[in-house]
Amino acid sequence: MVEFAGFELPVQYKSIIAEAQAVRNGAGMFDVSHMARLTFRGENVLEFLEHITVNDVAALADDQGQYSMLPNATGGVVDDIIVYRITSDTYRMVVNAANHQKDLAHIKSLLLAGISLTDQTSETAMIAVQGPKAAEIVYSLTQQSEDLKALAFFGTATVEIAGVTTFAARSGYTGEDGFELICSASDASALWNALHQAGVEPCGLGSRDTLRVEAGLPLYGHELLDDLSPIAAGLGWVISKTKPFLGSEPINAARENGTTQKLQGIRMDGKRFPTPGMKVTVDGTEVGEVTSGVYSPLLETGIAFAFINSDIKLGTPCTVDIRGKHEPATIVSKRFFKRS
Amino acid sequence: MSVPADLKYTKSHEWVKVEGDTVTIGITDHAQSELGDIVFVDLPTVGRALGASDSFGTVESVKTVSDIYAPVGGEVVAVNETLGAQSELVNSDPYGEGWLVKMKLADAGELDGLLSAEGYEASLND
Repeated sequence: MVEFAGFELPVQYKSIIAEAQAVRNGAGMFDVSHMARLTFRGENVLEFLEHITVNDVAALADDQGQYSMLPNATGGVVDDIIVYRITSDTYRMVVNAANHQKDLAHIKSLLLAGISLTDQTSETAMIAVQGPKAAEIVYSLTQQSEDLKALAFFGTATVEIAGVTTFAARSGYTGEDGFELICSASDASALWNALHQAGVEPCGLGSRDTLRVEAGLPLYGHELLDDLSPIAAGLGWVISKTKPFLGSEPINAARENGTTQKLQGIRMDGKRFPTPGMKVTVDGTEVGEVTSGVYSPLLETGIAFAFINSDIKLGTPCTVDIRGKHEPATIVSKRFFKRS
Repeated sequence: MSVPADLKYTKSHEWVKVEGDTVTIGITDHAQSELGDIVFVDLPTVGRALGASDSFGTVESVKTVSDIYAPVGGEVVAVNETLGAQSELVNSDPYGEGWLVKMKLADAGELDGLLSAEGYEASLND
C-alpha cells in the first residue's frame, strides 16, 4: 500500500503484469475513489465552464461527458479533467486526486455569482471497470443493461448495478472499453464485491500506470504541468479552436507556432524501462527527457513517454541512459496500444 | 514463502549456497515476491573483486529498482548469463535457475556472519 493524495492505495493486488493482462484480455477494476468529484449548478454554469475549461462544453448534450483540461492564464495546465453534463444547469467534474485542493482554490477564485459548487468526493466512491469483457459483466449485473448498451464513448446513465444506484459513464483511462461507476461511498464495497464475484479482477495503481502509458494517455505531474503547454503534450485535439477561454491566447499561439519539444513514445529494444528524468540521445546528442516509463506486458518491452525536440522524426533510433547504460530504443508514436 | 534449510541468508534478502570455497548467490523467494515481476538484472563482470556488503548489481522489477549486496567477500567467477533474456527466472525459480552470481570465497570465516534459514525466517517477522 502507498499513500496517495491522502488515500491508502495498493500498487498491486497480485502482480502488475497479471493485472494489466486481465484488463487487456478480460476485465479489471480500479478503485479510483481518490479522484475528486465536483458538481456545479446554476443558470450561468455553461458560460462559467466554457471560460475555465478548454473543450467545447456547449457541444455536450444531457448525459454526455468529455475529456478536458483546466487551463491557467499563462497557457499551462492546472489539471486534466472530465466534464459531464447532467442537465442544462448541472454539470459534474472529475479531477485528479493530487490536484484536488489546488483545483478547488483555482476554481473558487474564478467562480461566478449564481453558481454553486459542491464537493462530493468524500460521500461518493468511484470504480473504473475496464477491459474487453467489462461491459458484458456490468450488463449481467443490472436490469437496465439496455440503457448502458446505448451509451456512446463518454455517454452516461444512472442505473442500478448489483442493487447499487450508480452513475455510469462509458469511459476510462486504459484504452479499453468499460465504465467508470460513481456510487454512494456506503455502497462502494457492495458494488466492488459484486463485480469481483462476477469475474472482474481487482487492479492496483501499478497496472493502471502501465495501461495508461500503453494507451498513450498523459498523467498530470508527468506530461501535463502548470508551466507546460498542452500543445506540446499532444492534446491540441481536446482544445476548442473556436471559443475564448482562460489562457486561450498563449495556447492558440503555441498551436500556431509549434512547440520546441513534443511528447513522443519511446519503445525500448529490451525489457528494461526508463523512469522520469532519464535522458534520450540521438547520435550522441541529447534530444529529450523521459516523463513516464513502464514495462509493457503487451509489447514485452520497456516503453516510455518523453518530450523530444520537435525536429526529430518518428522512427528515429535513440538510446536512453538508464543508470549509466545507454539502452537502445526507437522514438515512436505514443499510442502503443490501439483498441481494434 | 520458501526458505530452504540448506542455504545461508542475509537480512538484505540474499541467499548463499556453499560448495567448497565457491558460493552461489541469489535473492530469496520473499525478495522476488516483494519486488514483483523482474524485467532486468544488472550483474557484475567475471573477475570483479567484491568485499562483503558491496553492492554488485541491481534487480529491476515493474515496481522498483533494488540493489543486491555481496553477502561475503571474494572474486566473481561466474554470472547467470541466462537472466539477460529471461530475468523472470528470478521470480519463478529464485533458488535454482534464477541464481545471480558465483564467487570464490576470500575468507570462509565470513560465512559465520550469515543467517541460518531459521534466523532469516525470524528476521522476516521482525
